[in-house]
Amino acid sequence: MPQIVVQDLCKTFRVAERDPGAWGAIKGLFHRRYRHTSALDHISFSIEPGELVGYIGPNGAGKSTTVKVLAGILVPDSGVCQVMGRTPWKQRIPHVSQIGVVFGQRTQLWWDLPVIESFELLRAIYRVPAPVYRHNVEEMVALLGLGELLDTPVRQLSLGQRMRCDLAAALLHRPALLYLDEPTIGLDAVSKLAVRQFVKRLNKERGVTVMLTTHDMDDVEALCRRILLINRGKILLDGTVADLRAQVSRLRRLVVVLREEKDWIETDEARVIGRQGPQVTLEFDPERISAPDLIHHLTSAYGVRDLYVENLPIEEIVAEVYQGAGM
Amino acid sequence: MTAQTLLRGWRGYRAVMSARLREMLQYRTAAVAGMVTQVFWGLIHLMIYQAFYRSTATPQPMSLAETVDYIWLVQALLLLMPWRTDAEIQDMIRTGNVAFELAKPADLYTLWFARILGGRAAPMLLRFPLIYGMAALFFGLRLPASPAAAGAFVLSVLAAFLLSSAITTLMTISLMWTLAGDGVARLTATFASVLSGSIIPLPLFPGNLQRVLNLLPFRGLMDVPFRLYSGNIPLSAFPRELALQLAWALTLIVLGRVLLARGMRRLVVQGG
Repeated sequence: MPQIVVQDLCKTFRVAERDPGAWGAIKGLFHRRYRHTSALDHISFSIEPGELVGYIGPNGAGKSTTVKVLAGILVPDSGVCQVMGRTPWKQRIPHVSQIGVVFGQRTQLWWDLPVIESFELLRAIYRVPAPVYRHNVEEMVALLGLGELLDTPVRQLSLGQRMRCDLAAALLHRPALLYLDEPTIGLDAVSKLAVRQFVKRLNKERGVTVMLTTHDMDDVEALCRRILLINRGKILLDGTVADLRAQVSRLRRLVVVLREEKDWIETDEARVIGRQGPQVTLEFDPERISAPDLIHHLTSAYGVRDLYVENLPIEEIVAEVYQGAGM
Repeated sequence: MTAQTLLRGWRGYRAVMSARLREMLQYRTAAVAGMVTQVFWGLIHLMIYQAFYRSTATPQPMSLAETVDYIWLVQALLLLMPWRTDAEIQDMIRTGNVAFELAKPADLYTLWFARILGGRAAPMLLRFPLIYGMAALFFGLRLPASPAAAGAFVLSVLAAFLLSSAITTLMTISLMWTLAGDGVARLTATFASVLSGSIIPLPLFPGNLQRVLNLLPFRGLMDVPFRLYSGNIPLSAFPRELALQLAWALTLIVLGRVLLARGMRRLVVQGG
């Protein structure tokens, strides 16, 4: 049975508008004009236990609205939403004690207190039994390398350290389901990798279902087998990363490093899209010429030092999907 | 919110309160600075009232000694006043992040109330002994009228603290409508400082005005406990006074809960 079921979920926001300038402000006092924007427009999907789903889309697409509804902090206009058999906004307290939420832009740790005291606090709020709590803290400290951080006040942590502590904080009560909203935003490369690795292990070893909202396509590529692509309140794609690629273009890239600089690589089936010294990037359609054939052809005609096949960067694919859908 | 869920969550709320207390106990320098200012203010008030009592022949409703006690207790417990809203909650409301508070398995009002109790208790606990000690040693503050008066004073201060935290929480919740900030808070603080007796002891107000003051919750903040201390309010009146303080606290708590529920309903429907 799916852990999350969302059916025909709709949410419209009313935004007060006024004309610019002082006159507009005065008019606004007497007569308010409202613009209705549809944040969620009949959204449906379901997620099975243990999935790791990337929820992506441009700014303002409806991602955080969805997450807020799923987290029980926003009431939709219509539609069905069941998370582990509960309706989040109707059974808020039992619901939220079973889920973990990390919003990358904010922290649930107490600014002036050492990290461990925030953990103790969450233990009390979530009513985690002492042995379970101790075990979880130990596990988190080991997995996330929190050893020395525990006694540091949160305000003295770097962003990467804070994010690791926030992840631990969201998991102290062993939720079966975790929402991550932009968990790698603003992090340096090392911290990003640490977060990704952790999320991956969490999903694999503990079977925690993860719903990940992000703009970082590397996150998606590294973590998610399944993608939900949303824009203007509608789901545009529900499938794998490969499905996403297929929807945009079949083209692949071959990067060739020649032994010596040549002016031109002649092939009928591949197009040169970039060159940098001896390194040439070709684009080809695997339906017309298979990668081995192309490679064979090149290696027999030129002196090749190195080569590798590359997929279109997912960034470009997503940008293309956004544009293709008139965004 | 049923009483049962509240009780089960008690440990959580207590933890929030004590965390906030510890957080605020870090500000020791502020306490010392506050002490200096308040002793200074206390001395000015002292001189004014001494001059006032010396220049009048008519008997006053409160003796000079009782007034001196009152003045020093005002300074030592000045933070009983609902001075300001909780800065962090205010920030959450301004940025719309307040919705995220709902992602915790806790009753929001109780969570905030516990937080405000803890945050306000800390600076008070830091300042009270310093100012009380100095005033008692050097500036004429007497000991409580009797051991029983001391007990009544302590209980009444605790009730005043609940009352003032209920007002603070209410002020904080009102920010959900005014957004722009602390206008309501400042207005309330100004009214409260006059109407609670922190500037002029309430017995020295004209009779007609006193009848109005008696109908308001503010005298429960300072006037009641401080007069119990000196015996100006007799012990026989203590149960009634305490009941009144608690009734006001309860009323304002209920009002706060209702307002918060409304504000949150608007928020979860309108979305921040």
